[in-house]
Amino acid sequence: MKKELKTKKSKSTLMTWIDKRFPLSSLITDHLTEYYAPKNFNFWYFFGALALLVLVLQLVTGIFLTMHYKPDAELAFGSVEYIMRDVSFGWLIRYMHSTGASMFFVVVYLHMFRGLIYGSYKNPRELLWLFGVAIFLCLMGEAFFGYLLPWGQMSYWGAQVIVNLFSTIPFVGPDLSEWLRGDYLVSDATLNRFFAFHVIALPLALCGLVFVHLVALHQVGSNNPDGIEIKKNLDKKTNIPLDGIPFHPYYTVKDLVGVSVFLIVFAMIIFYLPEMGGYFLEANNFIPADPLKTPAHIAPVWYFTPYYSILRAVPPILNSQFPGVAAMGLSVLVFAFLPWLDKSKVKSIRYKGILFKRWIALFVVSFFVLGYLGTVPLNVWGQFSNAIPIIGGVDKAIVIARIFTITYFLFFALMPYYSQKDKTKPVPSRVSYK
Amino acid sequence: MKILIKLFLLFLFIFTNAGFANEHLILDKAPIDLNDQASLQRGAKTFINYCLNCHSANYMRYNRLKDIGLSDKLIKDNLLFTAEKIGEPMKIAMTKKDAKAWFGVNPPDLSVEVRARGSDWIYSYLRGYYLDSSRPTGWNNTVFDKTEMPHILWKLQGDQKFNEEHHTLELTNPGTLTVKEYDALVGDLVNYLTFMSEPSKVKRLHMGYYVLLFLGLLLVLTVKLKKEFWKDIK
Repeated sequence: MKKELKTKKSKSTLMTWIDKRFPLSSLITDHLTEYYAPKNFNFWYFFGALALLVLVLQLVTGIFLTMHYKPDAELAFGSVEYIMRDVSFGWLIRYMHSTGASMFFVVVYLHMFRGLIYGSYKNPRELLWLFGVAIFLCLMGEAFFGYLLPWGQMSYWGAQVIVNLFSTIPFVGPDLSEWLRGDYLVSDATLNRFFAFHVIALPLALCGLVFVHLVALHQVGSNNPDGIEIKKNLDKKTNIPLDGIPFHPYYTVKDLVGVSVFLIVFAMIIFYLPEMGGYFLEANNFIPADPLKTPAHIAPVWYFTPYYSILRAVPPILNSQFPGVAAMGLSVLVFAFLPWLDKSKVKSIRYKGILFKRWIALFVVSFFVLGYLGTVPLNVWGQFSNAIPIIGGVDKAIVIARIFTITYFLFFALMPYYSQKDKTKPVPSRVSYK
Repeated sequence: MKILIKLFLLFLFIFTNAGFANEHLILDKAPIDLNDQASLQRGAKTFINYCLNCHSANYMRYNRLKDIGLSDKLIKDNLLFTAEKIGEPMKIAMTKKDAKAWFGVNPPDLSVEVRARGSDWIYSYLRGYYLDSSRPTGWNNTVFDKTEMPHILWKLQGDQKFNEEHHTLELTNPGTLTVKEYDALVGDLVNYLTFMSEPSKVKRLHMGYYVLLFLGLLLVLTVKLKKEFWKDIK
């Protein structure tokens, strides 16, 4: 009786009015209440929703920062301190934004790793994955442009180093980097255009890409830790996936738990560790930018360090640093090829064989080692003794970085081979739950 | 897997055998207590009397000193040397050009110096001066070799000599303060500089407690809500 009442509940007059003009009801049913997600999502499936949350946090705090920030080489550094001191709760808004930048990468890296272990990039989700890679690239650009804005020493010299990377491109390089900077060195002109990119161009692109990412997701449906397509097992009467549950309310309430935990971590950093020991806010960035004084050690923020390590690890060829720059670019772009590199019959790591597990473990180790090495000077571990042939006298850190750069790329390059050769386990027809 | 373990061991081996090639300064721990208002006020007095002639604090307004327990009147009567109005920032009269000509370097603005250098560095630096006739100012420093800044607190500390053999400093000619008094003075000063580098810090630490309490309650509620909704999923 009760159920009948519910299904026959007539729409309010307001809803009817809206639905005639905008498909609100069908949007809600198609994407929330009757959008079926696999019921066996685990820990790794929180990070998509959390990335969306951080995006919104960044947009909102960014708007408020823009109200007080001055994109001017003379005023930028001071305006940030003005926000920290004289704007009501300006310190909170600024720390939310600076912590949010790092946390964005934390959740996005975990989100990407989820895709990696459960094969979420495989057919039919190749486009979904490519949109994701595009989001990641945009995010890196957004972070890079934003990092110049406080106009501290690290902002300035970090931008100088990154823009100079473009000057290594054969033939057009020097002109290209000058065109990017709008000057012969990073200056007020650079600051202004980076500001424009940071507050308009890339956020716009990010929002658009996130939209198509979600459209593509809802077209194919979510993957899950078993890598089983739930749409293959439909209820004969209702045509609803047997292993699916409505996104709302089930995953909205579950994601609220994830959001609460995330906010606790987020608040702990904002209120007690806003600098995160120099990893989120670098000490050198509390010194105003000085074009005449190069810091002894220039390190990018932690989320760029694996790629920076790869850049430093590749030796110059024919006096050109371009190979390093190309390797760095490739180390990011290579993710886009995953759908075609993975020849495995199964999606999830649960049913993949030992070869894949070994390689992904090695990849994770490579990523972390390269990430760590990117934060320290190359002489951090000293040099090999001159008695050792070939590598005698060479920085230990660079040799290690080279080894792990190779393993980083081998994970991708050998994937067509080992994913085919791997002994996979049979995949059950239904997802495992509890 | 074996290869992985081997690589990992190799990495560990190199890591543990490394030893940092860089020279690491051993810094003394600065006595920082942002809740000790008396110390912060003494530090503010020292800062304004000694530092705020060559070093500005352009992002610090005089009236922010109310956060460390001073009143408008106290600030106006005793500390407002370089500005007319209490809402103005702590600027200095010396121009950048003059500074460069006189010192060879522009004395940095000290508003956020602690966040750039760390409080321990400044605490050790201000206690690390020793006589060195090879330097234009006659002073050198154990923390910052060939520093351009003369020893401003010299009359208070007295002269120190660097013992090449033991790598220690020896007080050769005592100043108006004892070693203990001088260390306390520098401690208060660095405490103040730490406050000045982030005046909202005390409020931040205090507020975080309530925010986390709220979020903890939110977590309990959301977990219960999730359990209630999910109990019929099998």
